[in-house]
Amino acid sequence: MIEAGLEFFVDPSRCIGCQACYHACAECETHRGVSMIHLEYTDRAASPQTVPVVCMHCEDPACAEVCPADAIKKTADGVVQTALPSHCIGCTNCVLACPFGVPHYLPQLDLMMKCDMCYDRTSAGKRPMCVTVCPSGALAYGTRAEIETLRRERPINTFVFGPQVVQTKVQMLVPVGVEALEVDITAFMTSGQEAVTPPMPLSGAPTERKGSERVRGTGLEGQFPHLVG
Amino acid sequence: MTPIARTADLLLPVRPGRDSALMNGLLHVCIARGWIDHTFIAQHTQGFEKVQETVAHYTPERVAALTGVPAAAIVQAAEWWGTAPTAMLLHARGIEHHTQGTENCLTCINLVLATGKMGKPGCGYSTITGQGNGQGGREHGQRCNQLPSGRDIDNPEHRRIVAERWGVAEDELPGVGYTATEMREAIHRGEIRGLLCICFNPLVSLPDAEYTRAALERLEFFCVIDFFMSETARYADVILPGSLQEEDEGTVTTAEGRVIRIRQAVQPPGKARPDWQIVCDLARRLAPWKHFPYACVEDIFRELRRVSRGGLCDYYGITYEKIDAQHGVFWPCPDPTHPGTPRLFEGGTFYHADGKAQFHAVEYRPPAEDVDAEYPVLLTTGRVVSQYLSGTQTRRIGPLVRQYPEPLLEIHPDLAATLGVQTGDLVRVVSRRGAMTLPCQVVRTIRPDTVFIPYHWPDERSANLLTIRALDPISKIPEFKVCAVRLEKVVA
Repeated sequence: MIEAGLEFFVDPSRCIGCQACYHACAECETHRGVSMIHLEYTDRAASPQTVPVVCMHCEDPACAEVCPADAIKKTADGVVQTALPSHCIGCTNCVLACPFGVPHYLPQLDLMMKCDMCYDRTSAGKRPMCVTVCPSGALAYGTRAEIETLRRERPINTFVFGPQVVQTKVQMLVPVGVEALEVDITAFMTSGQEAVTPPMPLSGAPTERKGSERVRGTGLEGQFPHLVG
Repeated sequence: MTPIARTADLLLPVRPGRDSALMNGLLHVCIARGWIDHTFIAQHTQGFEKVQETVAHYTPERVAALTGVPAAAIVQAAEWWGTAPTAMLLHARGIEHHTQGTENCLTCINLVLATGKMGKPGCGYSTITGQGNGQGGREHGQRCNQLPSGRDIDNPEHRRIVAERWGVAEDELPGVGYTATEMREAIHRGEIRGLLCICFNPLVSLPDAEYTRAALERLEFFCVIDFFMSETARYADVILPGSLQEEDEGTVTTAEGRVIRIRQAVQPPGKARPDWQIVCDLARRLAPWKHFPYACVEDIFRELRRVSRGGLCDYYGITYEKIDAQHGVFWPCPDPTHPGTPRLFEGGTFYHADGKAQFHAVEYRPPAEDVDAEYPVLLTTGRVVSQYLSGTQTRRIGPLVRQYPEPLLEIHPDLAATLGVQTGDLVRVVSRRGAMTLPCQVVRTIRPDTVFIPYHWPDERSANLLTIRALDPISKIPEFKVCAVRLEKVVA
């Protein structure tokens, strides 16, 4: 069992795209050579934003609900486990159903595998492997009190996909007042000749600024249709 | 735009080579709006009047024309800096790899001093080094014009202290030598005929790679100590297999001046040996045994403590035990009971004889090679997250290679459109030094007048085939960040 009070937090605004999490995951002996983490640029032409995606561990996991073989179990501590090899029939229903695109289907094994929040480690009181190697704190694991002391961003775990609302065990750290982000460097510059226009703030448009409070986008736009606090 | 810049509230995408103009502009606005700390300037600094006079000409409009950053953004940045109760100014190689690198740093320091943001909590100025122990190496006397602890090699008093502690005659100490970039010139002149390189891959890391190649070919004797066979090592007469950091032990000093320990994780393979043992063995053949009596790494550290005592970077009170107990110790740490100094210049006391910080008035001057009709595009070079320096280590690690297998030309869609290229198309980049062909990556995260190439690769994939040899006159750092190129679409 994972100790109550310990939570997984993902903060894409801190991701530098180094892929340390991706490779650390791939080195695990339970799925050697295959990383359970997805790490992609959201849109490299527009931004260097990258986003690490771990299993969000939904309260009502779509992957488990659509599994005809009942191969995906959720433990009492809320962790959605990877498919049981003895049960999984390789139908890929879960791959198609997951709103976050998390499960991997491995054709060579005819098996689905996915992030189980390093259950072998977290159930023994250790942090997930990806968290231990993340150099910038984009992946974090600890108590709510710890994260609130260290971060301006606040955790949310409600995601809206069209008509469907998904609650997750994993928390996404987002700035207050997230808005759409479109990064275009020409908005910040001038050739020196033309009329000077006020610069558009880089992200999230801080129209009002109070003390150290910043408002900015997460770069999640396009990755998730809506983010609701 | 880097991943760090992506998280900024305000980005000032300065045209490469115009940093000192930008910083002068910020100070201009701070002075004009009264966002400066007159008390701090009066009590703790010298030379502000001259700087004030100089920056008076750097109006936001003029700076906007020079730098390509909108005047309103300059004013906004100055306001946020000037009115913030605390602020830190940090930079890395971006403003240093210029023929005005030193001047760029001085304009940053001027801004920090004029606003009194130094020597108190949440304030300060820091330059982040490009390598793990870039800070420590300099403090230990690796620079060709310094002795340990930041002492000057041509200062008679500093020479006397170090000679005495080393137990040598003062005239046995060498004078100011050549920097790495100047050594290359000296090889071409025939002045340097033999060279020993330790973990240095100039064929990849120095500008104008063909000039480096010619220099290496001229050497009569060339010895390399390195952990892998680098591109530079191909030119060596003798290669001595050294060690990785993971195979050695000792201390490194972080950019914040904190001394931390590193421990041996694995033994060097085969006949490879820790670098310090190789250097000591060489020295014992060349010099009297008494000067190299070290039995272990900690012996060398004890000598550093003794020799650095009383210097700027005073390690005397730092021991391995204290480093372990305190999770690192900040210099200066003048005696064993001293806890170390996490913040420099507290209370506004500086290193100059009068205890005051010095302002330096800097006039902007253009880069060594600016754009013209023949070479109309600015090239700036730098790094990607998955590769480290000249890639001697990281180009051998499969997952890192796959993450960013080859250099890409970052180019804005507007500039790409004039060439008629899209992401993945090959572009030939030509400078006055050389040419290279590489795929382009069309992104809106770079200025349309500038292209970017990361430098980690050798041979025909080396961005340093294009870069210019021009040096900063004081620091002798090359201008990696600015040169002029033209672009040609490669027709398959």
